[in-house]
This record gives sequence, structure tokens and C-alpha cells, in this order.
Amino acid sequence: MLSKKNKEALFNPLSKDNPVLVQILGICSTLAVTASMEPAIVMGISVIAVMALSNVIISFIRKSIPTTIRIIVQLVVVAALVIIVQQFLIAFDYDVSKQLSVFIGLIITNCILMGRLEAFALNNRPWPSFLDGIGNGLGYTIILVIVAAVRELFGSGTLMGFQVIPQWCYDHGYENNGLMILPPMALITVACIIWVHRARNPELMEN
Amino acid sequence: MNKNSNLYQILYSAIMVVLVGTVLAFVYMALKPRQDDNIANDKRKQILSAIHIPATADQQLKNIYHKYITAEMLVDDHGNVVDSTANVAFDIDMKSNVKATHRKLPVLVSKLDDGSTKYIIPVYGAGLWGPIWGYIAVDADGKTIYGANFSHESETPGLGARITDDPAFANAFNGKTLYKDGAFKCVEVMKKGQLPTNGADYIDALSGATITSRGVGNMMQQCLGLYDGFFKKIQSQNANN
Repeated sequence: MLSKKNKEALFNPLSKDNPVLVQILGICSTLAVTASMEPAIVMGISVIAVMALSNVIISFIRKSIPTTIRIIVQLVVVAALVIIVQQFLIAFDYDVSKQLSVFIGLIITNCILMGRLEAFALNNRPWPSFLDGIGNGLGYTIILVIVAAVRELFGSGTLMGFQVIPQWCYDHGYENNGLMILPPMALITVACIIWVHRARNPELMEN
Repeated sequence: MNKNSNLYQILYSAIMVVLVGTVLAFVYMALKPRQDDNIANDKRKQILSAIHIPATADQQLKNIYHKYITAEMLVDDHGNVVDSTANVAFDIDMKSNVKATHRKLPVLVSKLDDGSTKYIIPVYGAGLWGPIWGYIAVDADGKTIYGANFSHESETPGLGARITDDPAFANAFNGKTLYKDGAFKCVEVMKKGQLPTNGADYIDALSGATITSRGVGNMMQQCLGLYDGFFKKIQSQNANN
């Protein structure tokens, strides 16, 4: 079940081959949903689900797909899955679906999905494809949550909606940094994470 | 069969589209009743929140809603009741209602535990990305705002979406008055440090959400302005008693 190659498919995307930090995919949604932690986590879970399922489906039908229209086939599969996820959220977790509103639909445009379908699912059997989907989804979610934690803490003084920075600090002149909840700070935060990540993994550095 | 022949490609895409369409239609039909329930319950929560009744579990929500909302009606520009069948204001489609030339204006009447009457008025307008709407509860004097609740379809989370997420924004409307010296002057949403030129009451706009804040102000101005006749009627009734 978990041969060496499958383990790599699952665990490499968490760090050495992280979709956001190393492949630089999915930056758009990293900007959009990381102003606070809760939507970031739900977005991450949704992406994991859509990615794993679409990887499996494409992998199952990979031998029948005509190469000329393979992008269209991938898009249709991903779009259908995203709509299903959205409908399920509206039916079973209405509050969260309201909070995520447009971003669930934007999963379709998440480059990680198309990237993994093209690069992995089209050439691999369903089980490794499934693991690859889970791994990349997790890698994406981890970065999303880290960025969201930083931005929520300094932008709103809360984590998951709970007040973390005590009132005492505000009384002594501390102010929430309004810039943190604006999109540019997501880019800067991601850049800082990439910096630290490359510094710790010298083999990733370009010359 | 040759995978790259035209016939194969056309057949492949046709079958795929039909299959996917069937699956989506099935999911949609299966989940529709639950979704409609959720949407109606959410609307009830928004209305109750305008009169400061906290949200409860969905099962009891319907009972609590009917306990507090005692009557619903449509009124015309002069404040005369034109329709008062059950759920007439709840079921109204605000999107088409605000566009109509001769609007029938929905009002929900609620009675609180302390016996006081509040008039809840649905408002509907435009935010930055899509529609915004809300419920404004007005005291029995027909002048003072008792509570407000705002919702949106697609405002930016963390910025414009704070009209819903940040209770301080809606609560800032509590106790503000819609009338100054007998004339309708809607509460305005102003940037910090600015004051309305006509002396109306105002609240602070949300920083980083200028257009959504302005949208809330315009929505209140446009929707509540039409109720001038209704408010005046309540005020004169109060004066006579």
C-alpha cells in the first residue's frame, strides 16, 4: 500500500516539493482566503477533497482520454466536483459556505489542481494519484494556515476568532496592523516563508 | 478505435457532458430541500438578530421566530396597509421588490418579552462585489433604530464582509434616530473624522471597506426613505394617544 514511491507522492509535497513554496502554484487563493484562519482551514479541506477525487477520476479514465481534449476533460471533472462540494456545503454547513462564498468556485482556477492532473494523474495509477492529491492538498493547506495565522494575529489580534492579544497591550498604545489584512501582506508573508524554507533546504536554492 | 479521430473525440465529450450533467442534476435535486431550509432559517436568524434575539438551534428557530414576529404586512407610500396575509413580508423577493416602480413595502411587526413593539424593515442594496441586504428594527416611536443586521453575498472576507462578521458595526446603529426636527434624515455611514452635512446621526465606516460602507449608507437612505409615510403615520398615532 505505502511503497517508497507512494510515500514520496504523499509526503514530498509537504515540504521538499510543496505546491506553494516550491512549485509556486495556487498563489491567487493564498492571497484571497488568508485574512483569518477559519476560512483558510475550510478552503484547505475543500481543496484536499476536490484534488484527491479529481486525481483518482482522471487517473481511472487516463487511458481513454483523447490527448487533444485532455485539458477540457480535466476542467469538466474539476468543475463538477467543485459544484458538488459547494452544494454539500450549502446543505450541511451553511454558515461556512456563506463565509467562503466566491472562493469555493475559485477552486476551479486553482493552478495546483490542473498542475497535478497534468503532471501526475495522467501518468499514474489511481492509488498513487490519490495519495498525490492528498499530499499536495495538505501541503497547500499548511501554508494557507500559517499565512492566515500570521495575518489574523497581527491584523485583528485574534486566532480562530478568539482574542489573543490582551486588552492590556491596546491600553498601552498597541494597534492592530490594518495592512496585514490587505492582500499585499499575504504575498510578503509567503515570501518570508519561502525565504526561511530555502534557507533550511539548500538543495532548493537556484544559482 | 483511434483515440485521436474526430468521431471519438466528439462522442467522448458528448457522453462526458451528459454523464456529468446527470450527476449534478441528481445532487442538486437531492440537496435542494435541505438547502432551502438552511436559507429560510438563515433569514429568520438575520431577522431575529435585528431585534437582539440570539441565534438558536435550527429546530427551535421556527417556533422562536413565530413567537416574536407577530404580524407581517405590506404598506404603500402613505403607510396604509395593503396586504397582511401570513408570511407576506418574509416571502417577498427583495431583489425584484426594490426595482418595482410602485413598491409595496414589507414590514414585520414584532413583540418583545417586555411587551414593546418593534417594526422590522428589510433593506436591500449594492455592495462592492454583489448585493447586500439587512433588517432594521425601529422602535414603536417610529424614529429610533432599535437594532440592525446586515448580510452580503460576496463581499471580501475580512474587509467588506465585516458588515456581517463584526457585531460592533451593526450595533453602532442602536439608538440612532432617523428623524431630526420632524424631517427624515437617515443615519449616515461616514469615514472617521467626517460629519454629515445635514446634521443627521452617523456611525463610523469600516476601514478598508469604503465602498461596502458607502453601500450600506445608500441602502439605508434609499430603502428607509420610502417608509417616510409609514413612520409619520406611527408618529402621529403616538402623538394622539
